[in-house]
Amino acid sequence: MKLNVLAFGIAKDIFGGSVVEVNLAENATVATLKTTLEGQYPRLKQLSSVMIAVNNEYADATSVLEQRDEVAIIPPVSGG
Amino acid sequence: MIDIKVTDERLDIPACIDWVMSPESGGIDVFIGTVRDATKGKPVVRLEFEAYVPMALREMQKLAEQAIATWPLHKVLLHHRTGVLPIGEVPVVIAVSAAHRAAAFDACRFLIDTLKQTVPIWKKEVFEDGEVWVAAHP
Repeated sequence: MKLNVLAFGIAKDIFGGSVVEVNLAENATVATLKTTLEGQYPRLKQLSSVMIAVNNEYADATSVLEQRDEVAIIPPVSGG
Repeated sequence: MIDIKVTDERLDIPACIDWVMSPESGGIDVFIGTVRDATKGKPVVRLEFEAYVPMALREMQKLAEQAIATWPLHKVLLHHRTGVLPIGEVPVVIAVSAAHRAAAFDACRFLIDTLKQTVPIWKKEVFEDGEVWVAAHP
């Protein structure tokens, strides 16, 4: 399945855009998505943390992704 | 009662304080974050804030609900700004009201500390000779 991943902050700089398309197997997990992104964009591995949000919630590594999910990569937050 | 906002417009501090005031509240605690002119001695030109707005609103709502479940509060307000902010501007206002001051102080501190850790908002510091996403790298 093709998944569009939204990017913010430094992840947007690393991707070179605010959304990136990723090809994943059906029933891929959040952990697989993270590994895939880190393979394509090795600079992600230098960040203090990388979280994945699914449908506006922080997702566990074992969560299964679906085509219709809204998926975002969350680099270390720094609001306030 | 909870009031949550993420906006690219200037935050209205007096309006935030007015909103949390109520006759049963004996204490209002307010945290105002402002743009500082330097980081570790290095002059800062401006800050740029970006938010994943729908998720930021949800996370802020959760924090407010958690605070209300933990302390006897009357009202909780969390407002955060996005966009380009020069020195002295206000990126965040947190205001809480309670019958007594201890709950208001503790809740306000919890809210700003936890907002900085969990809410998907990002801050870029712009210096004269470069820029950096705050906290991105170890």
